[in-house]
Amino acid sequence: MGKLNGKTAVVTGASRGIGRAIALQLAAEGANVVVNYSGSEQKAAEVVEEIQNLGVQAVAVQANISEAESVQQLMNAALEQFGSIDILVNNAGITRDNLLMRMKEEEWDDVMNTNLKGVFLCTKAVTRQMMKQRAGRIINISSIVGVMGNAGQANYVAAKAGVIGLTKTSAKELASRNILVNAIAPGFITTEMTDALTEDLKNAMLAQIPLAKLGQPEDIAKAVVFLASDDANYITGQTIHIDGGMYM
Amino acid sequence: MATVIERVTKVVVDRLGVDESEVKAEASFREDLGADSLDVVELVMELEDEFDMEISDEDAEKIATVGDAISYIEGKIS
Repeated sequence: MGKLNGKTAVVTGASRGIGRAIALQLAAEGANVVVNYSGSEQKAAEVVEEIQNLGVQAVAVQANISEAESVQQLMNAALEQFGSIDILVNNAGITRDNLLMRMKEEEWDDVMNTNLKGVFLCTKAVTRQMMKQRAGRIINISSIVGVMGNAGQANYVAAKAGVIGLTKTSAKELASRNILVNAIAPGFITTEMTDALTEDLKNAMLAQIPLAKLGQPEDIAKAVVFLASDDANYITGQTIHIDGGMYM
Repeated sequence: MATVIERVTKVVVDRLGVDESEVKAEASFREDLGADSLDVVELVMELEDEFDMEISDEDAEKIATVGDAISYIEGKIS
């Protein structure tokens, strides 16, 4: 028996990287999962198949989380399929790195719209259902750079710092309805996003990590399971740093 | 078939845990019936379900009293 038997989870950006690991881990604990994706239809289908092999249900739903209408369709699809939304994991994120002085307005807007506005829209869209249920868990994936800053990522950093503020405010607004909202701030995790970094940059990063290794997507996914489970009944508004001790 | 007034009253009593005698047309949800802002949002959600209608955020903001809710709903369904 898993910790999340019979629960329904919506994971945004679940076709790849950390989102994929989160979707699989939630499923391994018994949750049915809505695998949201933006463009990677094939990869999302593979995640759905892997989840179904675990003996729970999954469905892939395409949605652009920076558009309210698209988000509503995503949540409607989840409700139609499973009848409840118990867990929302706001994971979807993009990068458009550039030095502040060279950053185009479009690069700023794209990252803000997906990484911050997307979290707001998804949270707003599930709140109604969770309020009725008098229960719900919202887990927002922020980033270590949201608290430490990072050269070349003004847009990404601002959005991820914003996610922490949004987490605290949603936690306060929704606590009386037993909706718990927390954030996770991953450090450097092995994904396509960090594979894109140069060797030199990676080595420089490793030198700053007390545990002296990159994290795995599963390290994040297991914390999501914890925050989504009954083990975390008294935790809300927090940001959990999972970064090998890089930020203390 | 219950009237709009009866149905609204029932939703308000159930949601806010107040006595039926307190649910008068002039009663303000927040000032007289002890609702906080989130209670009002929930109340509107339940009225939407009860009457199978959508109440826009703009309209919802104008609903402050029991009478506001009743006249809004009556205006919509007649």
